[in-house]
Amino acid sequence: MPALAVTNLHKSFGATAALNGVSFTVFHSEILAVLGPSGCGKSTLLNIIAGLEKPDRGEVLWEGKSIQGIPPHRREFGLMFQDLALFPHLNVYDNIAFGLNLKNLPAADIKERVQEMLALVHLEGYEKRDVNTLSGGEAQRVALARCLAPKPRFLMLDEPLGALDRNLRELLWLELRQILKEIRQTTLYVTHDQQEAFGLADRIAVMNAGKIEQIDVPLALNRRPANRFVAQFLGLPNFLQGTATRSGKQTLVETAIGIFPLSTTASGKVTVLMRPDALRLDGSGSFRFSGKIIERVFQGAVCKVVIEVNFTPLTFHVLPSSPLPEDGSLLLFSVNPDEAFQILPS
Amino acid sequence: MSVIRKLNAWLLWSLPLVFLGVFFFYPLGVILAYSLTRLSAFQAEVASAVLPLPVILRILGFTTWQAFLSTLLTLLVGLPGAYLLGRYQFRGKAFLQAWMGVPFMMPALVVAACFDTLLGPRGWINLGLMELFGLTAPPIQFSNTFGAILTAHVFYNTTIVLRLVGDFWSHLDRRFSQAAQVLGANRWQTLRKVILPLLTPSILAAALLVFMFDFTSFGVILVLGGPRFRTLEVEIYYQTVGLFNLPAAATLAILQLACTFTLTLLYTRLSERQRPVSMRPQTYNQARLTSWRSRLFAVVTVSFLTVFFISPLAALALRSVSRLEPDRGQRTLSSPGITLDFYRELSANRRRSLFYAPPASAISISLAYASITVALSLALGLPAAWAQARLASPKVNRLFDSLLMLPLGASAVTLGLGFILTFDQPPLDLRASPALIPLAHTLVALPFVVRSLAPALRSIKPKLRQAANVMGANAWVQFTRVELPLINRAILSAAIFAFTISLGEFGATAIISRPEYPTIPVAIFRLLSQPGGLNYGQALALSTILMFVSAAGMILIQRLRITETGEF
Repeated sequence: MPALAVTNLHKSFGATAALNGVSFTVFHSEILAVLGPSGCGKSTLLNIIAGLEKPDRGEVLWEGKSIQGIPPHRREFGLMFQDLALFPHLNVYDNIAFGLNLKNLPAADIKERVQEMLALVHLEGYEKRDVNTLSGGEAQRVALARCLAPKPRFLMLDEPLGALDRNLRELLWLELRQILKEIRQTTLYVTHDQQEAFGLADRIAVMNAGKIEQIDVPLALNRRPANRFVAQFLGLPNFLQGTATRSGKQTLVETAIGIFPLSTTASGKVTVLMRPDALRLDGSGSFRFSGKIIERVFQGAVCKVVIEVNFTPLTFHVLPSSPLPEDGSLLLFSVNPDEAFQILPS
Repeated sequence: MSVIRKLNAWLLWSLPLVFLGVFFFYPLGVILAYSLTRLSAFQAEVASAVLPLPVILRILGFTTWQAFLSTLLTLLVGLPGAYLLGRYQFRGKAFLQAWMGVPFMMPALVVAACFDTLLGPRGWINLGLMELFGLTAPPIQFSNTFGAILTAHVFYNTTIVLRLVGDFWSHLDRRFSQAAQVLGANRWQTLRKVILPLLTPSILAAALLVFMFDFTSFGVILVLGGPRFRTLEVEIYYQTVGLFNLPAAATLAILQLACTFTLTLLYTRLSERQRPVSMRPQTYNQARLTSWRSRLFAVVTVSFLTVFFISPLAALALRSVSRLEPDRGQRTLSSPGITLDFYRELSANRRRSLFYAPPASAISISLAYASITVALSLALGLPAAWAQARLASPKVNRLFDSLLMLPLGASAVTLGLGFILTFDQPPLDLRASPALIPLAHTLVALPFVVRSLAPALRSIKPKLRQAANVMGANAWVQFTRVELPLINRAILSAAIFAFTISLGEFGATAIISRPEYPTIPVAIFRLLSQPGGLNYGQALALSTILMFVSAAGMILIQRLRITETGEF
């Protein structure tokens, strides 16, 4: 049985629909990331699951039972806010102990649990620190410790690394995954950063304009994006408009860069995704096209090249060590169609 | 460069400082010297001639007690309102907010007149009850009671709580309470463990300010409390005007100064010690009234505030155009109804006395004083605010700021007493001069003027001036062409502040005004202290005029406010 399920959630603010029929499930010990651009309804979703807002329609279920009438303070969920919301009038210790104090636990147990949490987030010795003097990374860990301390049965993280700079974020999301996996925490992680979601989550739900576009494991999401929005949001760059026609056993797709066969059942007007990692520089692909390199950007692990084919700029990733000809001259490139092309539902 | 900047700062500050020196610190020094020399010279007599210690202690005790109770009640009335205004967005809110600010600028005498027309022996409620049950005496004793003082103080100062606490609340990140809720805190626990601790600095600041105003309250106690109740401020007035016992007045003034200065210091310390709290724009924190619980709360709170804050004002305005009592010399009321007689009578000089000025002339005198006050306080306040916003270091800034705030804490009656003691001899013999009054009004208005201007000047981005500078504008052109146009709203609201304060000022004016040049509040007080329905009616008519002018001024100021957070 899934731990948490939301079914057909709707929520509008005035004329704008923040959630427009959202359904998904989270399993025990799983980290599910909700990935989407800002303003797609992610925070509203968390507020509704936490009980801070009421949905217009739809339900939130915990282990199969509706928790609609239960107020936030009795749900035993944890929510880490984007801006952390550490209580500025309490020190680190009292912030972490806040939820424990409300449970009327013995003082010794509280103390032990706070120490345990501080050790978990590597902040031993920070008990007496004023939370207003913490660095961004430290404050983020205190906030995490605070919502983990009462052992929530379900944890929600709302862009927890949003305010930090790139390098620190990469360091922290790996650490965060380690911590969450160590305690087998059932988690919903909300972010707009696809790298963060890919690095952290077991499964990812891509959300757009109040709807879930696709839910899958990270690799499948990248390999088989469900639609153009998902592909675009995951950073896949090349989309071609084309026409698919059945011809005998195979389907031929006609696009601006040429006609190629594709194993698909689609026909008529189609949008074709061309994968950026499919370019074969050795000429071994079965579909050939000529183009000229108009731009190349060195990006560390890969080199991004933009090739203009029949007035259509296409972006590809190649190894920096690959032998690439000069910019500007017309050259022949090749790909294997079933590897490089994918029809997207429009 | 920095030397020049410092020099500039000092030059800009010097004008207001010289003014404060001559018209505030010098008179204060005279009061101090006066009370000290008397004390040492007539040590033996002092105990009996000045005031016996137990009497002084009793007055001090009562002053503190009534201020404490008033503050407590004000918080009780103000905090639910602060919550409503801070956390919710609803129709009519802007109007409610503006209206709550009106009593604060209302002259004490007008407030006294308001409550008198509502609950006094000749007030609506008493007259109504007498009519209804055929009583011969007013059933409700309100005037000259302790309750009257407390009620008027709450009426006056609730807006401070609404403004300071409500503004702070509206910017306090609502995520704090949501975080507490998710961590398992119910409503009550969230309030007690998170909201209240975070609000405490602003509640304390508001309470201190309210306490300070209640501690030095004058008109309310003099008129609504009657002769039975004597605070330090009222006793200083009686000793000065009634008994001409200046040594006693000076001693009491020094005592009161010591108290208010301590309070001012506490207030400054408190506003410095505020914790950094993540602040959010109001729109993020405020919700609409959606649940029945919030709606019920809003309805109850708004109804209470409306009744409490509008009924006294409405009572006054209505009473000033009603004929409810028999004319002088007649036993029965000939015709009850609407009348404008009281307004017409204002311009008649019935007594044909040389020293007696018809009440209507008080209006033109008040307007003249108010205009001078506006000009003077802007001329002094603008350079002070500019220096404060631009040039001074934070430390120097704080010093100048608290220097400017001092007249506010010193109490108006003490200012008046200082003027009387100081300017009755060369080199500055101004006793006979009507110029003293606008000078005193300027002292009272200056803190408000500087506090309206400085934040506006501070909010101008330095880049704007730098851009003008690069395009060839010197400091003067930058000021006149860039800064002045940007702060014209703030200047207007500062001018309205000065104008309204001058119109309503009573404490200092009561002591130094010349009988032939009465201001509106002085004329009201004279009319109130004379018997007869006509005098009473005229007092109400004048009060109504003053009420409308002050209300218009206050509403205008609220409209002009550009900064979101409240400053007093």
